[in-house]
Amino acid sequence: MSDTQTSSGANALQSLSVPFQSKVTASTRLSADDIAALGKTREGRWQPGLTDQPLHSEIFASASDGSGAGLALALARDAIRVAGENSDPLTDAHDRRQVLWVQDTRSIQRSGRPYTHGLPAELRDRLIHVEAKAPEDALFALEEGLRCRDLVCVIGEIIGNPRALDFTASRRLSLTAEKHEVPLWLIRLDAAPELSSARMRWQASCAPSLRPLWNLNAPGTPAWKAELFRARSHAPGEWILSNDDGRLHTRKRYKAPVAANTQGLGDLVRPTVGRSLAAYARA
Amino acid sequence: MAIWFAQLSVDRWRHTLAPEAGGVNPGEGADALPTVLIIETAHGPRIEAVNTAGHEAGARVGMMLADARTLCPDIQTAPADPAGDLDFLEKLALWSQRWGPWSALDPPDGVLVDITAAAHLFGGERRLLADVEEAFAQRKLHVRTAIAPTAGAAWALAHFGPPRAILGAEANGIQRLADLPVAALRLDTDVLTVLRRLGLKRLGDLAAIASGPIDQAEAAARDAIHRRFRNRKSPSANPLVRLDQLLGKVPEPLLPIVPQHAPLVQRRLMEPIRHRSLLDQVLSDLADDMVRELEAQRQGARRLELGLWRVDGEVTVRRLELASATREAEHITRLFTDKLEGIDAGFGIETVRLRASWTEPLGASQGDVEEAAERHGTSLNACIDRLTVRLGPHRVRRPVSYPSHLPERAQRWQPPLDPEPSALSPFALRDRPLKLLDRAEAIAVLYASPDGLPQRFRWRGNVHEVARVEGPERIAPEWWREKSTVRLRDYYRIEDAEGHRYWIYRHGIAGDGRGGAPDWYLQGIYA
Repeated sequence: MSDTQTSSGANALQSLSVPFQSKVTASTRLSADDIAALGKTREGRWQPGLTDQPLHSEIFASASDGSGAGLALALARDAIRVAGENSDPLTDAHDRRQVLWVQDTRSIQRSGRPYTHGLPAELRDRLIHVEAKAPEDALFALEEGLRCRDLVCVIGEIIGNPRALDFTASRRLSLTAEKHEVPLWLIRLDAAPELSSARMRWQASCAPSLRPLWNLNAPGTPAWKAELFRARSHAPGEWILSNDDGRLHTRKRYKAPVAANTQGLGDLVRPTVGRSLAAYARA
Repeated sequence: MAIWFAQLSVDRWRHTLAPEAGGVNPGEGADALPTVLIIETAHGPRIEAVNTAGHEAGARVGMMLADARTLCPDIQTAPADPAGDLDFLEKLALWSQRWGPWSALDPPDGVLVDITAAAHLFGGERRLLADVEEAFAQRKLHVRTAIAPTAGAAWALAHFGPPRAILGAEANGIQRLADLPVAALRLDTDVLTVLRRLGLKRLGDLAAIASGPIDQAEAAARDAIHRRFRNRKSPSANPLVRLDQLLGKVPEPLLPIVPQHAPLVQRRLMEPIRHRSLLDQVLSDLADDMVRELEAQRQGARRLELGLWRVDGEVTVRRLELASATREAEHITRLFTDKLEGIDAGFGIETVRLRASWTEPLGASQGDVEEAAERHGTSLNACIDRLTVRLGPHRVRRPVSYPSHLPERAQRWQPPLDPEPSALSPFALRDRPLKLLDRAEAIAVLYASPDGLPQRFRWRGNVHEVARVEGPERIAPEWWREKSTVRLRDYYRIEDAEGHRYWIYRHGIAGDGRGGAPDWYLQGIYA
């Protein structure tokens, strides 16, 4: 009797488990409607790891610190990672496409050239550097890079507000990027945010780095204060971003109560749970 | 098989006398008179070639014309044409490939044909030689031929051996060749003089010394001759090497002659063309064909010849030279359109032919780049090409690591598509800045902590307050390539109060005897 009961119970469990599992898989693979609904609940807030990465972003930064290049690289790596996760694993196991880094001569003088030993390991041997004499040449190189299907992304550095980089030029870049789907991160050093058609515009500056675990007096993992002041699909906001362990993280803007499970680890990244940090910052 | 054109220049000269009849027969017409072919030298005209009558009259090759005139006052002269002779010899070498799969030039007046395993097609070697002599006799060319296992032996037999000599593979080569003079070794004249003075006149003499039975005197002679030609590396200056080549003990590479076909396209027209617009259409069709032809051969045209054959027997040729190898039909058409102004069609043009007489290798490139790029995006190569063309090759580069500890030497730049140099071991440098300034900039230390570190410094007019430091990382100069006065560097990673992260170094240490108080520099910027 009890035997039959247990067996029937087991049967019932097994028969139950199948729809249950299918329900789980359905929830992990969200349909487009679900994503749209989720997007609404997120209030259009930007956060790292979004799949709908804009193809043309501008990052305004000072020429005398590395925040612009650092944030651009971090965003680019985030976008590459997301694209790699979402692509078909069979077709493109390992993306070895190149990164084009365009600088004009004055920005090289002011902020230096990329240094291969300081680059992230996965981009170290995939970088092609272009030194453009004038901003016009830099814009030409950027556009040519955006047209190239063998580039994973294009990073540009242009100092100041050259006459050549007006709204028309930025619109050209936007359209080319969107046509060929090569993302562009344009770092504007020491520039005033003029009219531009960039889909996202950031103001970047340095933030005190995360304290390393062992040597508390040493500079740690770099962090940047990033202000999204214009975006087409996201609300503006301000974040402290850091690129720990190869992923882009947001961090509380100012000293926040340390979460219970991270106590004693110093000022490490707090796990983002619950509501968005950006909303927190706005509140 | 060696074919020696004993009188190539004279034979060619006879050809030019009566081109339609294939040349005058030897000893007839103008050839009956003593004639010399002369070349102008600094000391006056010199005789390059002599016909039979001239030889009988006493003229010799290498003589000055004035000397020959004293011997034979009524001697006729004609200019020699060495370049034309060589050109003719090339054609003959190609033509000689009818007897073997490949042939090589033997300038100035010989051709070597490889007839290995081909003689049976002509009924044996003897018949092959007869066929060769008959074929050249029909062309009124004097030839002497020989077949031997090595090119050197064949050459020797053709020049100095009996006519139609055949040296089989199994025959003892040196026995058959022993009676030939040492000149059969294809040596320079000064070496021949040396050998004559040494008393070595026949091949047999030389072979006996070089590889004969050893007794006391022979060994001494062998040593002497080895020493005499010890430093002669070129085969034509070393009779021992030549002898070994003749006997097949040393390989003798020959350069085979390969025909080059100039790309040629033509249109024969059903109706003779009399109007310019139709001609333009034909021209653009021809240009398309030519581009296809060139593409198949991976060549680009440098010179193009457009021939227009008219119904009434006139031929008009227009030539075009291009600045660089080109394979663009539109470009070619446009350039020819200008050349065709004012052409006389007469009763009509029936054949149009386009020939690329000078081509250069041109790699395949993407056709119609703009249109394809609009659709699919460009390839990396095309992108790099465009950037390089506009910005210059030294502005589009890839950073690669280089095994050095000095930060600015640890990175080198190379063309973007070159393969990365393989390092023995990956050179791992920790905590390097994201960007490096081209030149380290001096910073003014306003306040230093007791251990010598700057607490507050000024860089580019801004004062930075150092909040966190890690260091020093001491990087010594590379003593094996720098002077001993170069100072070492102590690198520090610093972060200031606002979070700017820099890589600064102290150039030298106080009291290192290489200058005064050490300066501070900022070299890198962290992300």
